[in-house]
Amino acid sequence: MNHYAILRIVTKLLIPYILLFGLYVQFHGDFGPGGGFQAGVIFAAGIILYGLVFGIGAARRVAPASIVERLIAVGLLIYAATGIAGMLKGGNFLEYGVLAHDAGHGQHWGILIVELGVGITVAAVMITIFFAFAGRERTE
Amino acid sequence: MADSNAAQLIVILLLALLGATAITIARMRQLWAAVMLTGVFSFLGAGWMLILDAPDVAFTEAAVGAGISTFLMLATLGLTSREAKPPAAFKPAPLVVVIVTGCALVYGTLDMPYYGDPDGHIHAYPDPSYIVKTNGDNGDPNDSEGEIKLPNVVTAILASYRGYDTFGETTVILTAGVGVILLLRRERRTTEQPEPPSADADRGGPA
Repeated sequence: MNHYAILRIVTKLLIPYILLFGLYVQFHGDFGPGGGFQAGVIFAAGIILYGLVFGIGAARRVAPASIVERLIAVGLLIYAATGIAGMLKGGNFLEYGVLAHDAGHGQHWGILIVELGVGITVAAVMITIFFAFAGRERTE
Repeated sequence: MADSNAAQLIVILLLALLGATAITIARMRQLWAAVMLTGVFSFLGAGWMLILDAPDVAFTEAAVGAGISTFLMLATLGLTSREAKPPAAFKPAPLVVVIVTGCALVYGTLDMPYYGDPDGHIHAYPDPSYIVKTNGDNGDPNDSEGEIKLPNVVTAILASYRGYDTFGETTVILTAGVGVILLLRRERRTTEQPEPPSADADRGGPA
């Protein structure tokens, strides 16, 4: 699709806003609508749009498969680590109240970090699925 | 939101378009166009969710339904065929099953409260005091009441009260990603560096 000038330019204009909106949904998720899953999918959609218009090779340069595949696990580990941090602070697994000096702040921190983990895993999985499908060639 | 006449008009228009899109998809033999129309369907569904005050669901529907799954379907079409097989001879049994199931579903909706009914279960249970207990939402954001003190109760439930569930769901997504890598990556590796045919039998399963 590299020779469609309108598509290319409109995509270039749109992608920063898609990624920014993904970050907004991620970090504003505890105050507005959204959360980790939605943010991860929106962020991944930005990268996928880039890959569709500028080619899978360009997308792989932006989001190298080796890094993206590691991020799948990193997101889940962030989630689990938050739970274990609560245990080390004397609470139960995934008890956020003990993470900060008062329970409300602890809940804010816990939810923010846990949602970040979800967002990273979801975005990485979506991008990985995109690469896996787009990288396949027709076999007959 | 759906109380004014203009909003009602939008709702009726959206639902009519959803119905029309669904019927068109069912009648279509051109898979390429059918996939694009499923994207349109998801997008209309996202608009409908927005009217129902469920922006979380609308985001997900727009990004996953209209965006990513449409792409995945198109990618699959690129690898297979663009035309549906001609329909087989008419069989009455599936039609009967579909009609009976449809009637059962419609019958099930008769028990549901009308949209926005203040006496509906979702507005009566659980007690609204649970929301105050969760986010301390009594007008003052700095009030010390509330266990979690987040304005978004959905996030508070998903990430904190049900943190364990969400952890499991994230694990499911990780597993799905690993599954896709295991299933689809093998192809690419074998094309990059051709292996002897016996190697495929060692790892088991057809490519």
